Amino acid sequence: MSIQQPEQPYVVELREVTKVYGGVRALRGVDLLVGRGELVAIAGPSGSGKSTLLHLIGTLDRPTTGTVRIAGHDVAGLSDRELSALRARHLGFVFQQFHLAPGVSALDNVADGLLYTGTPLRARRERAAAALERVGLGHRLGHRPNQLSGGEQQRVAVARAVAGDPPLLLADEPTGNLDSAAGAEVLGVLRDLHAAGTTIAVITHDPEIAEWCPRQVRVRDGNVVADAGAGTGRRPPGPNPKRTPETAPNAETAGAAKGAPR
Amino acid sequence: MTRQRLTPARLGPSDVLRTGAAGLRTRPARVVLSALGIAIGIATMIAVLGISSSSREQLLRQLDRLGTNLLTVAPGQTVFGEEAKLPVEALGMVRRIGPVRTASATGTVDTTIRRTDRIPKAVTGGIAVQAATADLLTTLEGRVVKGAWLNAATEARPAVVLGAKAAERLGISRTGVQVWMGERWFTVVGVLGPMPLAPEIERSALVGFPAAEKYLGFDGHPTTVYERSAEESVEAVRAVLPRTVNPENPEEVTVSRPSDALAARAAAASAFTNLLLGLGAVALLVGGVGVANTMVISVLERRKEIGLRRSLGATRGQVRLQFLAESLLLSALGGIVGAALGGLATAGYALSRDWPPVVPAWAFAGAVGATLVIGTLAGLYPAMRAARLSPTVALATT
Repeated sequence: MSIQQPEQPYVVELREVTKVYGGVRALRGVDLLVGRGELVAIAGPSGSGKSTLLHLIGTLDRPTTGTVRIAGHDVAGLSDRELSALRARHLGFVFQQFHLAPGVSALDNVADGLLYTGTPLRARRERAAAALERVGLGHRLGHRPNQLSGGEQQRVAVARAVAGDPPLLLADEPTGNLDSAAGAEVLGVLRDLHAAGTTIAVITHDPEIAEWCPRQVRVRDGNVVADAGAGTGRRPPGPNPKRTPETAPNAETAGAAKGAPR
Repeated sequence: MTRQRLTPARLGPSDVLRTGAAGLRTRPARVVLSALGIAIGIATMIAVLGISSSSREQLLRQLDRLGTNLLTVAPGQTVFGEEAKLPVEALGMVRRIGPVRTASATGTVDTTIRRTDRIPKAVTGGIAVQAATADLLTTLEGRVVKGAWLNAATEARPAVVLGAKAAERLGISRTGVQVWMGERWFTVVGVLGPMPLAPEIERSALVGFPAAEKYLGFDGHPTTVYERSAEESVEAVRAVLPRTVNPENPEEVTVSRPSDALAARAAAASAFTNLLLGLGAVALLVGGVGVANTMVISVLERRKEIGLRRSLGATRGQVRLQFLAESLLLSALGGIVGAALGGLATAGYALSRDWPPVVPAWAFAGAVGATLVIGTLAGLYPAMRAARLSPTVALATT
């Protein structure tokens, strides 16, 4: 986790990346390197270009110019099908609005996250149960989203994103729709995943959450204006902003579950 | 991390079905309503086809039972347009034709039958009085339901046997009753059952040839000769009948095959059936439009889900397949319910008519085919829209 091997490229590698929408230059030449095991905040006010950055890192969109490599794959050389496969195997997404399927149990919501990886149904459910265990929801497998609190719903979404053990977890304003206590639950889960070795990028406009991350990439007007540099995100995060993570699951179970599906 | 080729995983058939059904499960009311259109269309078409083929089956079975080897000979018209007469010896001539097994004759008697002499002559009830040979019942394979058929004794006496309709119209349901024929009383000695191949006999009052000549002034000329031969020689017999019956004027004889009328009814798909089929097709089309509409709305409402699935690694093809599967499931649901309803309607109608309920297998096959075609057509456009949706746009939807 701490040593970058030479043949292992960066998980995220952006070089001279620009993105123009119509006449608007959303990104104006961004360089960004994220190594394995880092916990990085991509922070900035709305309109700064951080959402565009998320879309490019998430391979949901392509840059106008420049190079985007995710897990060693150059996005420019990949077809739509190949990009889909890249997302299925190498990326996990957590959204501000959870995006859980209503009327479907937590277990199946998480299991459906593995649908496009080619895993058989039974194995999907087993890994989903392990992932829910990991985010501290092992006792809520059969609950539907409307039977869960906001924090619990977001933890289900996190479980869905990490069930396939992707090298990179992208969290877009993961606490944006949650109150402080629920936000703390989710940050606790991210802390444990980070401790177990998952690379995480948190996109946020909230300075406190940005401070909480060991490495902050500050974006403004389409440029990266501050970045401590690749590798600095491997330290543990700071104490949870404003409150203590009393509801977070402990790192011991997280580590054990993490090892199982590998 | 080594660079491996990125190929998207294939979804197994069960996973395709699961994703297709996922969208339906959460909106049951909409599913029922939009499948209903398809169901009504399919049910109409199955019921129309089923009822018309049940009716045909009924006619064919009746034909089987009655046989197709009965021919009737009747006088036509002379070259001057007058009513021709069959010669008195016609029946005997027909009996001498080799393949003829049995032949008998009836002759129209110019009189009426009434319950009493008080009823005016004009009130005939549409009942014809006919003289009949003793073996008529054998030739027509008819059946007596009350009393007895004319025998050697009664055919020369004032005795009458009534056809089924004639008895009904006269209000006579037992034998021994006196009826007024010509200028005297006759005794009803028998009542016949239905005769689908000779409906004219059902509406007749039958007396023996000798009695008709003796009491009713009958001239002895038969007006219809009934004849049954071996099935395979029907056409040959038919060819020689006019010449045999009336060697001098064969053109004044008409020969007909009563079973032809039934066979023609069985073969004819009525214009009404076609009209109803057309209505069913329109209902099906409207149902398809309903499914397409539901699918378009479903795609609009589920942009976020589409975005999520793309972020989870679904290819465009997999999103397209999901919505196509959903549309197919929706119309298949309607098709299955419709086929069941159509089958039930056919069975109910046929059983109430005492017909054998028959729905041709090709109708069910056609229903399945139509359902699949409609589901595909209705789902194609919405599925393409869903697949074309850019993931970032889909996720940005609020």
